[in-house]
Amino acid sequence: MTKTQKIVSAGLLVAFYALIFALEQILPARAMLFTVLKKGAIYALVAVSMNMLNGFTGLFSLGQAGFMLVGAYAYGIFTVPVAERVNVYQYFDGGIIQFTVPVVVALVMAGIAAALFAALVGLPVLRLKSDYLAIATLGFAEIIRAVFQWEKLGPITNGSNLLRKFPTFDSFNITNADGEVMVYLSTFVPFVITGVCVFLMVLLLKSSYGRAFRAIRDDERAAEAMGINLFAHKELSFVISSFFAGVGGAMLAMYQTTVQASAFKSAMTYEILLIVVIGGLGSVTGSCVGSFLFIAASEWWLRGLDSGTFMGISAPTIFRSGFRKVVFAVIIMAIVLFYRKGIMGDSEFSLKGIAAFFKRLFGAKRKRPGTEGG
Amino acid sequence: MRYLPYILAGISVGGQYALIAIGYTMVYGILRLINFAHGDIFMAAGLIMIYLSGPLTLWLSLPLVLVLTVLLGFVVERVAYKPLRDAPRMSVMISAIGVSYLVQNVALYITGGLAKTYPTIPWVSDTINLFGAITKRVTVITPILTAVLIAGLVLLIKKTKIGMAMRAVSRDFETSRLMGIKINAVISVTFVIGSFLAAVGSALYFANYTAIVPTSGAMPGLKAFVAAVFGGIGSIPGAVIGAFLIGISENVIKSGGSGWTTFSDAFTFVLLIIILVVRPTGLFGEKQTDKV
Repeated sequence: MTKTQKIVSAGLLVAFYALIFALEQILPARAMLFTVLKKGAIYALVAVSMNMLNGFTGLFSLGQAGFMLVGAYAYGIFTVPVAERVNVYQYFDGGIIQFTVPVVVALVMAGIAAALFAALVGLPVLRLKSDYLAIATLGFAEIIRAVFQWEKLGPITNGSNLLRKFPTFDSFNITNADGEVMVYLSTFVPFVITGVCVFLMVLLLKSSYGRAFRAIRDDERAAEAMGINLFAHKELSFVISSFFAGVGGAMLAMYQTTVQASAFKSAMTYEILLIVVIGGLGSVTGSCVGSFLFIAASEWWLRGLDSGTFMGISAPTIFRSGFRKVVFAVIIMAIVLFYRKGIMGDSEFSLKGIAAFFKRLFGAKRKRPGTEGG
Repeated sequence: MRYLPYILAGISVGGQYALIAIGYTMVYGILRLINFAHGDIFMAAGLIMIYLSGPLTLWLSLPLVLVLTVLLGFVVERVAYKPLRDAPRMSVMISAIGVSYLVQNVALYITGGLAKTYPTIPWVSDTINLFGAITKRVTVITPILTAVLIAGLVLLIKKTKIGMAMRAVSRDFETSRLMGIKINAVISVTFVIGSFLAAVGSALYFANYTAIVPTSGAMPGLKAFVAAVFGGIGSIPGAVIGAFLIGISENVIKSGGSGWTTFSDAFTFVLLIIILVVRPTGLFGEKQTDKV
């Protein structure tokens, strides 16, 4: 990338964040757009972390929901205000943890907790080959889910009851003394968190470690012959991916305002995997774009399919609750079958790529810069 | 005997897992694919039964369920797996996850998200008293029926031409293709057998656990898969032994009290991890040497 391109990209990114900040001040806070943006930012982070494992290191892991669960709980447990603990842990006499940590610290702790679990899980599991690895990580996610719901751990995890009352995205809004919101930050902050995390992952993937990951993906034996320690690199990729999945889980907790272990089923992992596939295995920007498209389509654009009228067609008997998800699943199947490379393939979103795309599309017409951030 | 009811329930569930596990193990043996959608086909068989038993009599709907489930399995293979025959294995696995997602969402749409109740099959669902333990007759029928079906299957694989073709394909995909074996026909037959057994298993399973939701198939499916891995994937006797072991163990764990129910599911996966670490090929799996 030349210096000019770097500056332009950075400028576009700043403009993109400024746009989000501005939109949030102008539009009503309950707008569908913000639901999509918030959830999309969370899924983007988790999808990139999964892509690092599945797309860049070639480890077919299906444990993402489990590590998100660990992150979500670690965040919840350490941020429920002490005064509220009696209500939240009502069956466990207020629980045994009687202190809180700042939100940012809790986010990092969520990541570390997930990474620690991953480090332990990785020791036996990462020696397995492709499909066995998939099923073993899926199994570990189920075990983690069962353990967190265990009544005996109730004083810490609140058993199978909800964790709630912890700081959410809305807590980032700056309010005045009367409780009126002066500056909305509830969408901007998740974007900042995701942005920082994705940036760190990109740095890692561009480093020699990242190249080693790709070497392992392309040919394990050749990589080993070149002096790459297979297990150490797999473990590194697994732990770091889980760290960011944990941070993503903590953000999901903030978004949902409550946490319950039973929500982190394998279906959640499958959704994230499908996002990664739609975006393109091995493309960071693809995962980001894919997750916003995925969330926008499933939460917003296809809503009409559930409520009777879609694109002007009214058919309440067919367009009833749940039809949206059927259509959505069919679209995903079509992508998986006929468009296997996803949106981006394994290349990255870049100005040059956009320019080339439009050149191809319109012959020799003038190039147009992209509006989305990378 | 305090444990008797649990062991009986375990044997019953084990037989049902065995019927599902065979579908996994056969497909894996031939395609090297974890068919993530298999558990959902099992669930779909249950739903088809519910919707057919309303307008039709039982003796008409039961065979029809078998036919429709087999058809579903066949169509899934043709539409979602066949086009990816030469694609990387990860693509096929993702396609299987996509099918699972689709089947669950279609089920969600059709049922409207409500739990449906499986119809009572007379005689099979009757309560009986076995050695002082109160149980349903299905508990006794399951192991017998499982044994009969498996005996039939083993005969089919060992004695018939298509069985020979299946063994050849699972041994070496490419060579058997060169030898003139119609590979697509063999794969279709595998899916047909797997779906048929899953349909029988679902009739037995849901006679005990009568509520069906779209995700009902996920957990039994995963457990059956673990059973298949435990026994050595590709091996039918292995899958059956694994299934009974898992069924019995998880029910014995449940006998420990309500606090332990959470762990009966987790136990299966602990077992999976132990077997994968200690003996990755399973009890009866063939040792495979990787070629460079």
